[in-house]
Amino acid sequence: MPKRTDISSILVIGAGPIIIGQACEFDYSGTQAIKALKEEGYRVVLVNSNPATIMTDPDMADATYVEPIIPEVVAKIIEKERPDAVLPTMGGQTALNCALALFNDGTLEKFGVQMIGADADAIDKAEDRQRFRDAMDKIGLNSARSGVAHTLDEAFKVLETTGLPSIIRPSFTMGGTGGGIAYNKAEFEAIVRSGLDASPTTEVLIEESLLGWKEYEMEVVRDKHDNCIIICSIENVDPMGVHTGDSITVAPALTLTDKEYQIMRNASIEVLREIGVETGGSNVQFAVNPKDGRLIVIEMNPRVSRSSALASKATGFPIARVAAKLAVGFTLDEIINEITGATPAAFEPTIDYVVTKIPRFAFEKFKGAKNDLTTAMKSVGEVMAIGRNIKESMQKALRGLETGLDGFNRVVELEGAGRDAITAALSKATPDRLLVAAQAFREGFSVDEIHAIAHYDKWFLRHIEEIVAEEAKIMKHGLPVDAQGLRRVKAMGFSDKRLATLAVRSVGVAGGMGETQAKRSGLLHDTLRAMAGATSEAEVRQLRTKLGVHPVFKRIDSCAAEFEAITPYMYSTYETPIFGEPENEANPSDRRKVVILGGGPNRIGQGIEFDYCCVHACFALAEVGFETIMVNCNPETVSTDYDTSDRLYFEPLTAEDVLEILRVEQQNGELVGVIVQFGGQTPLKLAQALEDAGIPILGTSPDAIDLAEDRERFSALVEKLGLKQPANGIARSRDEAVNVANRIGYPVLMRPSYVLGGRAMEIVDSEQQLDDYITTAVQVSGDSPVLIDQYLRDAIECDVDALCDGDQVVVAGVMQHIEEAGIHSGDSACSLPPYSLPADIIAEMERQAEALAFGLGVRGLMNIQFAVKDGEVYLIEVNPRASRTVPFVAKALGQPVAKIASRVMAGEKLADFPPFKRDLPYMAVKEAVFPFSRFPGVDPVLSPEMKSTGEVMGIDADFPRAFLKAQLGASMRLPDSGLVFVSVKDSDKGVILPAVQTLVKEGFRIIATSGTHKYLTEAGLPVDLVNKVAEGRPHIVDKIVDGEIALIFNTTEGWQSLKDSQSIRASALMGKVPYFTTAAASLAAAQAISAQRGSQLEVRSLQDYYS
Amino acid sequence: MADAAYTLAPKPEGATGVLVLSDGHVVWGRGFGAVGEAVGEVCFNTAMTGYQEVMTDPSYAGQIVTFTFPHIGNVGVNDEDLESRVDGAVGCVVREDVTLPSNFRSAGEFGDWLAAKGKVGLSGVDTRALTRRIRLQGAPNAVIAHNPEGEFDIPVLIQRAQEWPGLEGMDLAKIVSREIQEGWEGSTWELGQGFGDGVGEAPPHVVAIDYGAKDNIFRNLVKAGARVTVVPAETSLDAILALEPAGVFLSNGPGDPAATGEYAVPVIRSLLERDVPIFGICLGHQMLGLAAGARTSKMHQGHRGANHPVKRLDDAVVEITSMNHGFAVDNQTLPENVEETHVSLFDGSNCGISIKGKKAFGVQYHPEASPGPQDSFYLFEKFVGMLA
Repeated sequence: MPKRTDISSILVIGAGPIIIGQACEFDYSGTQAIKALKEEGYRVVLVNSNPATIMTDPDMADATYVEPIIPEVVAKIIEKERPDAVLPTMGGQTALNCALALFNDGTLEKFGVQMIGADADAIDKAEDRQRFRDAMDKIGLNSARSGVAHTLDEAFKVLETTGLPSIIRPSFTMGGTGGGIAYNKAEFEAIVRSGLDASPTTEVLIEESLLGWKEYEMEVVRDKHDNCIIICSIENVDPMGVHTGDSITVAPALTLTDKEYQIMRNASIEVLREIGVETGGSNVQFAVNPKDGRLIVIEMNPRVSRSSALASKATGFPIARVAAKLAVGFTLDEIINEITGATPAAFEPTIDYVVTKIPRFAFEKFKGAKNDLTTAMKSVGEVMAIGRNIKESMQKALRGLETGLDGFNRVVELEGAGRDAITAALSKATPDRLLVAAQAFREGFSVDEIHAIAHYDKWFLRHIEEIVAEEAKIMKHGLPVDAQGLRRVKAMGFSDKRLATLAVRSVGVAGGMGETQAKRSGLLHDTLRAMAGATSEAEVRQLRTKLGVHPVFKRIDSCAAEFEAITPYMYSTYETPIFGEPENEANPSDRRKVVILGGGPNRIGQGIEFDYCCVHACFALAEVGFETIMVNCNPETVSTDYDTSDRLYFEPLTAEDVLEILRVEQQNGELVGVIVQFGGQTPLKLAQALEDAGIPILGTSPDAIDLAEDRERFSALVEKLGLKQPANGIARSRDEAVNVANRIGYPVLMRPSYVLGGRAMEIVDSEQQLDDYITTAVQVSGDSPVLIDQYLRDAIECDVDALCDGDQVVVAGVMQHIEEAGIHSGDSACSLPPYSLPADIIAEMERQAEALAFGLGVRGLMNIQFAVKDGEVYLIEVNPRASRTVPFVAKALGQPVAKIASRVMAGEKLADFPPFKRDLPYMAVKEAVFPFSRFPGVDPVLSPEMKSTGEVMGIDADFPRAFLKAQLGASMRLPDSGLVFVSVKDSDKGVILPAVQTLVKEGFRIIATSGTHKYLTEAGLPVDLVNKVAEGRPHIVDKIVDGEIALIFNTTEGWQSLKDSQSIRASALMGKVPYFTTAAASLAAAQAISAQRGSQLEVRSLQDYYS
Repeated sequence: MADAAYTLAPKPEGATGVLVLSDGHVVWGRGFGAVGEAVGEVCFNTAMTGYQEVMTDPSYAGQIVTFTFPHIGNVGVNDEDLESRVDGAVGCVVREDVTLPSNFRSAGEFGDWLAAKGKVGLSGVDTRALTRRIRLQGAPNAVIAHNPEGEFDIPVLIQRAQEWPGLEGMDLAKIVSREIQEGWEGSTWELGQGFGDGVGEAPPHVVAIDYGAKDNIFRNLVKAGARVTVVPAETSLDAILALEPAGVFLSNGPGDPAATGEYAVPVIRSLLERDVPIFGICLGHQMLGLAAGARTSKMHQGHRGANHPVKRLDDAVVEITSMNHGFAVDNQTLPENVEETHVSLFDGSNCGISIKGKKAFGVQYHPEASPGPQDSFYLFEKFVGMLA
């Protein structure tokens, strides 16, 4: 069946900003889809507001709209581009909901646009809880006892049939927003309320609880010929009750007999048929009662998903690519499996390894958030690991997480704790519960006992028990002394670092310890290590080298070696020799090669932006003839797509794992160098180990990077260059901190010495606050001092991204932050070009950038943060590496900044590239997106601590419109009319005045608290007075809760004021009232509202902007 | 020819099992299951579930199965996931040691079960390397041995592997077939129900010739509405006709179709001449092809897995199938009266035929699944539907 010729252009809808539940997996799938459609000659139109995506690169789609993904804007794009079809299945829930809205409002019909991949009815049937349930009844599949409710009264009626505990799932939300598990009626009422609110259709499904059941997922692909294949089965290690996205999962399913597996297979296919997913990929989730195998269908998603990305990476089967081809009429047997190059996509991948996915959380970023896992997703990223057995797979995943684990590390606070404490810890689903299970074994719990409490399948528990038992052996007897013994331990997945921790050098001392003691007492072990001498990671590595124990690399081939794989997609494992040496399939080429180290699991502060840079490095270096080799362990990314680089190693980013890859790659060809500057902190941390091993680093030297991070060295350089930094100091104790702060003068900015995304940074206004910070936020000691900076209140902050080749510096972009200095740059909106900075200030920043680039010896990218106060430029921070803003600058400018940087790092000169256009006839605004609604109880306020998960770009002819689009892209709809609440600190009153004047002119009414009220009234504006919360009721929060307020401008001075106003922000968040916590952003919002009322927004493609 | 370097590879400490290839390669590991030794052809299977079914499939008679999936034994064993009462594979090679099972249906441990069945297991082997070798160099003959004391006389084992005649030309069907006729009872398995009963009144009578059949074939025939009588492989034409079959089913089985065909093909040819409806699976399919005038040949690379795509030529639908065969009907040799109905999407080899003008057809793959996808059940319905 050939492709469809009745359509020639296709609109692909992206997923927008990275948020919890919708991360860069949709860039991965969308990019694959666009490439697949272009390959077939279709004209592809794309809309996606996220500038950090590969899919929005101008050479991907034919017309790329970086515009808000909201129906009215997408309708404009449709009107302009007149696509024949829309593919809504690649952009997560955002794209599905948008497409459904355009179908329902008649836009698609009006412009003759067909939905391909999934039609409106199938989407509705899959998403509408009652219709889905009816469909399952029709095909004889069980659903949980449940009912749908639209009001609280209806909900309590449903509760009579389901009983407690019950699960509440809002309709049409992604990642289970607003849902949860209720154990009592009060919780039930609270969760139903939030669920009804979160659902765009004010609808929740209330289900019987299947807590403790096993959970499975099937990834299914169907073509229009009704050919159905299962790409991968996934088994959740966490039992039901934890959102799949927050669960540790393995692939394939490991505890099903073939008979049960086939029941699930048949059921998944039946579900696709009944829901009517005509072509493409879907996932179907099941719960299975471990006692009798009873199977219940939980839900299905008629689109590619986070788990389909995982399944693609786990098997090598590119689901999104295939789904895109199926959507335009191909059948599975007509598509080639590119991994083998010889067989069709019409088959079911089979694997000969075990895949483990572990989510990564960011609770530490959200003071006050509970770290319990429920049916609403909270994780911000994930790691995937591949091993030849479950132990290796799990331990690789744990160390790949980069949360300080080397394997099943001890849970110190449970060491020697009583049974009650351990039972309590096991019974609560938390991010580290698997480690708790391992600790429980150390504390004498049995498999049966842990299973009874935590409901982990015994099969998994036994493997963890074996790991713990092996650890006890090593603690007692030391490291194996021969190759066979060491290989056996390494094949269980133990990292060198973990082995070093376990091994005590003098075995004689440990030998005196009883088995039980060795197993249980971490403290005793520590003492022994102290007495006998600890083994270091380097010593373990030396022992391995001496004994010739190295990992081999196996191919991910989708067919368990039944056919030859032509795609070098690999993972490491420890194998026993079979025909001579352990079989290694790496087969390194004789080419000149560059290794690019990726960023690992997404986290707040290190996400898609860095993956974007890594992908660009691959593309750029491949273009100039290098063999590109990618190392990464994040399954959501484009960088881990098998066709992004020439060779892909899916491995944890630890020194051990990376060095083993390099060891093999150096056996043939020439390793020109490794790029560590593009993947964020993760690869940078490996730079020293690579240098020590004599591995060439491309671009800026690790020493220069260290120079920029080391306060004292950096200050010396700044002084030498004659630049100005805010006053600062280092404190190694509380008293020192007080002294430094007094010297500098409050307010000061405090943070630990090594930081990522401003973790644990805080603005401190008083000694009392300083004490609070020291006692709760950081551990201050000689080894980990605290850095204290003068805080430039109300300064304008700027980001500058520049390139340097040693001879020349090119400033790519100067971005002016909208929020004032002190808000983390990743959380701040910014505009490019600057919207209000004088030319001489910009020139001065560029001059300083150049001086710094030469001073540091930058080769490649550099990011500098400046603060401008009273016409003076202060240098805040320099990072001689790729920054979070690189993709935004590249998109705003229309220049492949990261690609050029990569080539400069490999030796080319900036003079060889065309110069950047600097006078842009348009404005681009970046806005951050926050996950506050996921963390009830957390104060949704901006601070030096980064909290945003993603970003959007708004681009238009002027600043107000670009800002407005950025707000819309970030799901912030600004009102056209209504009541505006204004309450600002004294220093902001002057700034806010023009904003309020503008809004009054546009017909808004204003209310304010006393101080602001007085100021505005005196300025001649009509303003009503409202009580502060502390002034008695009715107060401002009552009005917000009652829905009277349309917009909030609220800035605070000092700690107390911030605390007092928390309820305002919390209620605004709950009531979805747009609120701004800085004066500058408030002003921008007022201008945007004015622009919005003035005329309709227009859409324009990037290609058009650049031309 | 023995390769001295590998032959002399020292036994690693703690090795209690070994796979000795006829070319002298010695693969050490840990023995489990039965203690002792067994000789056979080393093949592989890429299915990720259904090891108990595989190990009881008579088609694996004379073979040592390498499981490509590293964890085997996870769900234990039970009395339902059996495909025959006879010996299939003589042993198996796995990557990982078998750990205690976890599944509500489990009634025992895989290693114990193997031991009770007299099958030898070997763990701790790089099964992927072994599989790649089989793919690149063909399936070797070998001895698999297990001795808890770790004592093995390697030269003797090599000799035994070399002296074993191999599967080509071997009529294994005779060995694994039933010895006496049996009225089959029981339909397919359902969760919570176990094996079902037959359906309908006066169901058509199918005589199934057992060349080494998987029981699930009979269960599927019953499910499709037939009454089944199973007869031994060498049952004569007269004895079959005496049972008054509405149709005859030709089962799967081990070995070379040409060898078994010596006595089976004439019977099948006579049934065809008498217009008796016929359905063949795997070996039965190959012999139907031989009876109709086609030839069979040993494949360069056999098909063994539960993920094989087959294209149904009349409507271009793809079925995902379970496969286990090293011989195939050569689709270049199909006579006029034979129509190719299915082909493998992996290599284009023949996967199904029907005889023009007759109610007779066969498929190379396993529509009875077990283990594997159940996409092709329609074939049983099609056959039973022919038996009006």
